[in-house]
Amino acid sequence: MDEMERTILDYVVKEYLEEDDDREVTVDTPLISGGIVDSFSMVSLKRFLEKKYQIQIPDADASADAFDTVTSICAVVRKFKRN
Amino acid sequence: MSNIGIYEERLKDFNWSISERELGYRAGDVLNIGYHCSDRICQLGKGGKLAMLWEDHQGHEKRFTFDDIRVLSNTIAAFLVRLGVQPGERVCLFMDRVPELYIGFLGVLKMGGIVQPLFSAFREDSLLTRLKDAATSVVITQRKHLPVVRRTRENLTSLRSIVVVDAEGAQLKDKEVALSMEGEPRVETFVVFPSTAETPSVLHYTSGTTGQPKGAQHVHYSLISQYLTTKWVLDLQPDDIYWCNADPGWVTGTSYGIIGPWANGATQAVLDAGFSAPRWYAFLQKNKVTVWYSAPTAIRLLMREGTELVRQYDLSSLRHLCSVGEPLNAEAVLWSKEAFGLAFHDTYWQTETGCIVVTNLPGMPVKPGSMGKPFPGITAAIVDLKTAEPIDKPGAVGLIGLKPGWPSIIRTYWNNPTGYAAKFKNGWYLTGDRASKDRDGYFWFVGRDDDVINTGGHLVGPFEIESALLEHPAVAESAAVAKPDPTNMEVVKAFVTLKPGHEGNDDLELEIMNFIRKRLSPLAMPQEIEFVASLPKTRSGKIMRRVLRAQEFGEPVGDISTLMDE
Repeated sequence: MDEMERTILDYVVKEYLEEDDDREVTVDTPLISGGIVDSFSMVSLKRFLEKKYQIQIPDADASADAFDTVTSICAVVRKFKRN
Repeated sequence: MSNIGIYEERLKDFNWSISERELGYRAGDVLNIGYHCSDRICQLGKGGKLAMLWEDHQGHEKRFTFDDIRVLSNTIAAFLVRLGVQPGERVCLFMDRVPELYIGFLGVLKMGGIVQPLFSAFREDSLLTRLKDAATSVVITQRKHLPVVRRTRENLTSLRSIVVVDAEGAQLKDKEVALSMEGEPRVETFVVFPSTAETPSVLHYTSGTTGQPKGAQHVHYSLISQYLTTKWVLDLQPDDIYWCNADPGWVTGTSYGIIGPWANGATQAVLDAGFSAPRWYAFLQKNKVTVWYSAPTAIRLLMREGTELVRQYDLSSLRHLCSVGEPLNAEAVLWSKEAFGLAFHDTYWQTETGCIVVTNLPGMPVKPGSMGKPFPGITAAIVDLKTAEPIDKPGAVGLIGLKPGWPSIIRTYWNNPTGYAAKFKNGWYLTGDRASKDRDGYFWFVGRDDDVINTGGHLVGPFEIESALLEHPAVAESAAVAKPDPTNMEVVKAFVTLKPGHEGNDDLELEIMNFIRKRLSPLAMPQEIEFVASLPKTRSGKIMRRVLRAQEFGEPVGDISTLMDE
């Protein structure tokens, strides 16, 4: 797991899971389709990513499928960090 | 031929007794929704028919026949009786879309309880407000939601028991009990509570402009409307596989996600998973869904993924599509024709109406963007905003008014008869929605007539958000208003003034967003926060939300003669 994956995974666990929620979340755990992050909460997750990585993610790239795992989120972040 | 046949013919001699006869009900009889959705279907010889095809996000599957539904709802009803729950007590269902939610709904009704379904994404404050108001005795929940429920219990004197449906391996605390629906001894026979037409059944909380959410109180007689509207609008037929996207935490998920389809003996598919276009299409394909009841926000999310994705799946089983929750825009109707070869039929109703009241019916020409026409038995009119006098002029905008008297209209707001009485004027139930009617009798939605925010088909009250915002240490004053949004129709935007020593910046905005999400729910989380020096107020000091809302929508702000000079 690289640093970006670790940072985003930690943020998801801290912000979207209850303190005593014992579900294991990995970089490949479905977040949206798995019901951990809903489509409304995606806005706050997107805002975090934009702030943390100093990028702008267009709404078209912030789809439920693109945000469904930490791995896929990292791909989105890397795409816009490069641009 | 559709179930309704020809709309104009149905209007001529319509009487709700059509539904009563089909359900075998006569005035004064015992009437229990739980019985009608399970035992009665079995008595009609359909006990072996599939009632529910269930699947979760991990691909786990379960199947239940109507006989399973009958026996398992008996099992839950008997469990609640053993727990000491009395008829008339409120039993909250706080679960994701697991089978226990659907079957538990019937179980509570069978033992005479009032079922109070709450959206499982609600967090502590939202849950507490609703449980406190209803003086709820029992909450049935899952392990994953137990922490939120535990945080509310100290403030709930009436809460006696917390029932956990997947407690295996969990450390339960005082007043917490385990219920394994499929692990309990099956209760073949249960004497259903002899409820009658006006016995309270379901308590759904809904938001208004002022005050905290109100408990819309339904009765068992609502079944009469819900059965027939399901049959005629959703057009469910014996071999259909039906999928309703709505969560039973909201009224669509109970009226048309439990009561309507099962009272009709229909097989329904349930997907306990968040939104994903490929996942949804795969679910439709796999289960050969024929009738699909969705929502504009979901349809617009599917539109974003394009028609190419649709082509990768065999969706030829689909034959009838309907939508509810917010106005269905013309583009979505046209897109669905292109994507599925079928138009989504918009349906309009509210928590308070209990059933579809204005709709596009099968066989009726769909005017894209229109709400359709009143369901037979529903008298709907455009009424004057101030006097509630009907306006019979095509194109004139007024409030949608409905003549009270159909079976599923709410009987009161829980603990709030004044709020209930305020919904009626000049003999009309006032929906709070503005619309017009064209020369052909089709209704066209214009917008809300109050400050309630319709986000993704869910009504969110500004007062609840503003109250929570004030609990944040940096917030001095706030106003929550609707902001237009291409996917959700509206989203919450908050205007905030800060206490001295705090600076409005991106960090604080994200902090406040998450604060509200964790206190109330993701739906209530402002998608944008604007830090302002002051808020527009009347001379008496009341914040004028409508001025801020008008700014967001680019509309005229209207009369601001009462605006306080800065």
